[in-house]
Amino acid sequence: MLRMASSFPEEVLEHVFSFIYDDKDRNAISMVCKSWYEIERWCRRRIFVGNCYAVSPPMVIRRFPEVRSVELKGKPHFADFNLVPEGWGGYVYPWIAAMATAYPWLEEIRLKRMVVTDEALELIAKSFKNFKVLVLSSCEGFSTDGLAAIAANCRNLKELDLRESEVDDLSGHWLSHFPDSYTSLVSLNISCLGSEVSFSALERLVGRCPNLRTLRLNRAVPLDRLANILCRAPQLVELGTGTYSAELQPDVFSSLAGAFSGCKELRSLSGFWDAVPGYLPAIYPICPSLTSLNLSYATIQSTDLTKLVSQCQSLQRLWVLDYIEDIGLEALAAFCKDLRELRVFPSEPFAQEPNVSLTEQGLVSVSEGCPKLHSVLYFCRQMTNDALATIARNRPNMTRFRLCIIEPRAPDYITLQPLDDGFGAIVEHCKDLQRLSMAGLLTDRVFEHIGNHAKKLEMLSVAFAGDSDLGLHHVLSGCENLRKLEIRDCPFGDKALLVNAAKLETMRSLWMSSCSVSFGACKLLGQKIPRLNVEVMDERGPPGSRPESCPVEKLYIYRTVAGPRFDMPGFVWTMDEDSALRLS
Amino acid sequence: MEAVDKTKMGFEETELRLGLPGNNGGASEAEVARKRGFSETMDLKLNLSSKDPGIDPNDNTNNLHRLQNLLAADPAKPPAKAQVVGWPPVRSFRKNMLSVQKSSTEDCEQKLGSNGNATFIKVSMDGAPYLRKVDLKMYKSYQELSVALGKMFSSFSTIGNCGSQGMREFPNESKLIDLLNGTDYVPTYEDKDGDWMLVGDVPWEMFVQSCKRLRIMKGTEATGLAPRAMEKRKNRS
Repeated sequence: MLRMASSFPEEVLEHVFSFIYDDKDRNAISMVCKSWYEIERWCRRRIFVGNCYAVSPPMVIRRFPEVRSVELKGKPHFADFNLVPEGWGGYVYPWIAAMATAYPWLEEIRLKRMVVTDEALELIAKSFKNFKVLVLSSCEGFSTDGLAAIAANCRNLKELDLRESEVDDLSGHWLSHFPDSYTSLVSLNISCLGSEVSFSALERLVGRCPNLRTLRLNRAVPLDRLANILCRAPQLVELGTGTYSAELQPDVFSSLAGAFSGCKELRSLSGFWDAVPGYLPAIYPICPSLTSLNLSYATIQSTDLTKLVSQCQSLQRLWVLDYIEDIGLEALAAFCKDLRELRVFPSEPFAQEPNVSLTEQGLVSVSEGCPKLHSVLYFCRQMTNDALATIARNRPNMTRFRLCIIEPRAPDYITLQPLDDGFGAIVEHCKDLQRLSMAGLLTDRVFEHIGNHAKKLEMLSVAFAGDSDLGLHHVLSGCENLRKLEIRDCPFGDKALLVNAAKLETMRSLWMSSCSVSFGACKLLGQKIPRLNVEVMDERGPPGSRPESCPVEKLYIYRTVAGPRFDMPGFVWTMDEDSALRLS
Repeated sequence: MEAVDKTKMGFEETELRLGLPGNNGGASEAEVARKRGFSETMDLKLNLSSKDPGIDPNDNTNNLHRLQNLLAADPAKPPAKAQVVGWPPVRSFRKNMLSVQKSSTEDCEQKLGSNGNATFIKVSMDGAPYLRKVDLKMYKSYQELSVALGKMFSSFSTIGNCGSQGMREFPNESKLIDLLNGTDYVPTYEDKDGDWMLVGDVPWEMFVQSCKRLRIMKGTEATGLAPRAMEKRKNRS
């Protein structure tokens, strides 16, 4: 075996490895033997760091010297729902600074839930001569000044995607910083920006970039400007409109309809802010070829929604508000046989009474009619065990199932029982389930089902559920592939965590807030398991100023080879050997 | 309908109780103090009715009456539900898009400017380590804002029990007295001109337009503000 391995020259192995892109496969290759580890690390071009604190920039650079593409994630998922306080961390600047010297040929940076400053953007703009792709997903901390630096300096930029980031929007002037000689744009997503960009600058930019495939405009682009833009980019594959509302005028309508018809490659639509039904027919001609439709900002009602989706026979992904109602979902089930992903968002998440007729029945219909449906996010106000069991039996191919019932701890509204059995059916039938978010009234029993059946589960989100530590214990001891666990407002305490402490090192992270984990247990975990960072967040002051039995407000545990971090704000404490001594 | 079943939880959670001391029939003073939370503080100081400018913080009787009037439930609407932070799990980004669309008539939209997107403003509370962010466009009135802020700062401003020992650093049981003495918290904001003003002086829409950040100050620090705020009002009108 040794002889065989050394009989291949490095160049040959490197060439073979170059066909392997997947991280897991690359990691497997690197573990075969020392020489493969060496060869592999010199030719790895793309790295993904799921938790930016799991490893440090120098460690990454030391091992992989020739990287061209970096993807980093920062804050925990619950930051999306305001559970992670301002200033928690996730700063990208140290990474950019390290990579500026180490990776001068870096081409791609993709960040999620990180704090990105204008300084970081300026550093990117001047450090990487061949920079091509910048994706900032749910990031914050930068302004349009930083964007101007990118636009002005990145000659080879292909992709600028700001999806759902929080940008300090000083003005739309930054777009005009793309020089006239710049023509390489392939993808632009500015849908999260508020201010108006210069429409003429936008039109000229679109007109001179022949490879433009994706254009997601922001709300400030009025409907009567859309036709002009589309006419300059008939090759577009993905479009996000601006405001989809204007006074009904025949000439505006016909230009728009004509422009849409001219876009023969268009497969994905989004935007539709303030959509008025009168302008929807403008997209009817392209509906049959659409594969992705995001209507989650369109406040159109079920009749118009039904008419629209009924024409989208090729639809694979639909994001929509609950205005679609059960009746629209039945149409979806009837006409969109290729549907793979459905997300239904609440139009009035804080209303006490339902404002629309969307129930468990809509989801059942889609699960019956759409054989390829495997990814669901569904907000509703009522559910039954029967419905969940039906969905499970219909769709054993489900891989991502996220249900949210608006009222916490809502039982099966017919039997008034907990929804344990319904979710039990989901994990039993859907053997490839990777991601699950549960809702409603749930006891320890549902966790027993999950521990017993959800063997491929990688991410679990739990809120207002369970009775005791046994629930958490079932999950930690049973779910072999669990990587991310996030829990809020559950009566889980110390026992399950301490008994399953070793499990935590096999996971990316664990979040627990408003539970019953004591400061003492956190200290113990931090002391006993060196490669875990156990971070306690508490607004009441240092945890050591309260008894050890006192529960902590928020707990975030993640595995790391980088040791405790030093960029924490005043309300975050790391439980490690040193700090445990300091705090007691 | 209670958003959170406290008995099941086994630990304390803020419950916004609309009522004044002595009107709670049997509830212990400590319980009332704990449950009072932040929203009542806000209500006393905020000018929640635009018809009635300028609350004199020393006019206790007036304030109590105003509070009672404001808190008298509109029989047509069910009582405001206590909102749990981060629930339902809808991203702020998404909530904002909808709230602006729904609350806007054409006039309103012009007032809010063409920027229909979220404008997060930072909210700090003296003594609280966490900074919060709110999007003012999500709320339609000072009342809604105060409920939301009360929820956000609840863990800081109420007693939290740790087992059998109440270890919380709670200002003191005489917080109720503090409320009326001006040593309580007062919501202030920084406007577009960089001046610090008392929340509640101007109509809601104008406030949303001009507020750049919120600071919930200890009352003693806010005493200098009232005259300037009045000055500014005079100059504007």
